[in-house]
Amino acid sequence: MENLIYIFKDYTFQTVALGSMILGLISGVLGSFAVLRKQSLLGDGVSHAALPGVVMAFVLTGSKDTQILLLGALISGLMATLFIISIVKHTRIKFDSALALVMSVFFGCGLVLLTYVQKIPDSNQAGLKRFIFGQASTLLKKDVYFMLICGVILLTFVVLFWKEFKLYIFDPEYAKSLGFPTYKLNLLLSLMIVMTIIIGLQTVGVILMSAMLIAPAVAARQWTNRLWIMVMLSALFGAISGIGGTAASSLAEKLPTGPATVVFISGIVIVSVLFAPGRGIVQKMMHRKNLKLFLKTEGGDTNVPTI
Amino acid sequence: MELKRVDYAVQIEDLTVAYDLKPVLWDIDLNIPQGKLMAVIGPNGAGKTTLIKAMLGLLVPVSGTVRFFHEADNSLRKLKNKVAYVPQSGSVDWDFPATVLDIVLMGCYGKLGFIKRPGKKDKDNAMENLKKVGMEDYALRQISQLSGGQQQRVFLARALMQTADIYFMDEPFKGVDVQTEKAIIALLKELKESGKTVVVVHHDLQTVSEYFDWVTLINIKVIASGPVEEVFHEQNLKKAYHSTGNLLKSAV
Repeated sequence: MENLIYIFKDYTFQTVALGSMILGLISGVLGSFAVLRKQSLLGDGVSHAALPGVVMAFVLTGSKDTQILLLGALISGLMATLFIISIVKHTRIKFDSALALVMSVFFGCGLVLLTYVQKIPDSNQAGLKRFIFGQASTLLKKDVYFMLICGVILLTFVVLFWKEFKLYIFDPEYAKSLGFPTYKLNLLLSLMIVMTIIIGLQTVGVILMSAMLIAPAVAARQWTNRLWIMVMLSALFGAISGIGGTAASSLAEKLPTGPATVVFISGIVIVSVLFAPGRGIVQKMMHRKNLKLFLKTEGGDTNVPTI
Repeated sequence: MELKRVDYAVQIEDLTVAYDLKPVLWDIDLNIPQGKLMAVIGPNGAGKTTLIKAMLGLLVPVSGTVRFFHEADNSLRKLKNKVAYVPQSGSVDWDFPATVLDIVLMGCYGKLGFIKRPGKKDKDNAMENLKKVGMEDYALRQISQLSGGQQQRVFLARALMQTADIYFMDEPFKGVDVQTEKAIIALLKELKESGKTVVVVHHDLQTVSEYFDWVTLINIKVIASGPVEEVFHEQNLKKAYHSTGNLLKSAV
């Protein structure tokens, strides 16, 4: 317990926890949209596709600055997203196939580039590999500020276009018949999801980022039938996991923050899937069992009315 | 001409739509007069849904023009307050986290435009429209708990929110029981009485003359279009369905 109080006062812990919390919050909100429009794996695709961007940014600028590397990630993530959207629009290839295709091509290029870069002197210190698994402990104050600014921008957009996003996700064709520019809405929403992923790269890395996007939303969906409650809950779950993951990694030696956060949120998902009222598995099973017992012993109402 | 000049709600010229090389709609010329309750009839794959979507500008035709109310500019953004659309209820995921009221409120989003939120007046309006379709008790019900007929009625209420001049409905009677069908058709007739134009994709040939006063038979091309009593007969039906058997009033 003393340990816990001690680490909460620690400056590094505060920075990392705040960063992870912001990340969890944003990815919770945007992840809800991704999950509801059945594009859960977009996060996976984009984060993998961001790798060549990170490496290219280093090759071209020689900079180790996180923000510059992330800018590279953003560009290649956006390129991948545009590829996916236009493949789906112009060919008969479905979203999942297009995603898998683009993602593996980009990630492959990224790995090839990474091998090439390692021959350049001074590249080891650039810490490019931290973007694969993420290294929350490298979060600096300015990184957290950067996340905060991006987060505020993203959340502002969510609030502004709440109604449009809701309509577009539920029924895109109807949205179009009402005169909304659905192609642009799709682009904006995808862009916002890509931004979220880029923010998370430093903390949880390319591979685990999709969990940050999907897990809070899936857990939140279990507890509610209202969109805004789902988004709020999802943000809450994400934020809690961020803090929880950071605390766990500070207490246990050599436990990295990113994976700890993901394990934490997975725990929330499991609890939600099992125990949430209404949609939870346990309640459904209990209900079935009770009903069976009741019908067996009482026999139900013999006079079942026909409608 | 003994007929006086008819005001057309929709005028379609040379409309051709193709997904692949094979056309789905070929050289459609069609005029829909105002204030009619019109059925679009044709076999599966005849392009009924495509016709509606092309009219609404939801897909890009290979050629042709669609004009509403003689207006030169037929972009949806300008016409959004005049045209309402009721898609097939199977076209969306009903497990979306929303209530019936949320969905019906979407009907006024077009009028509100960007960023503005529906207010108290819109909510009252939505309740009113829910009452019209007999769903006012379900306003706060989660949409995943609705039956097929209820889903259809929710979509209808949503379209009514638009207070449009012309309504396009894609198979509103699909999976709907007799009672709901009668309720919906009564509502459509009411719309017609108030001068609105209603276009319905329909499947049941036996009820056409009872429900509608105008009919269009299509099968890739327009086979016939006009008042039900003039156009809706065995000969045209055989042309549309490529059938030799008796389609109408067949002894069941």
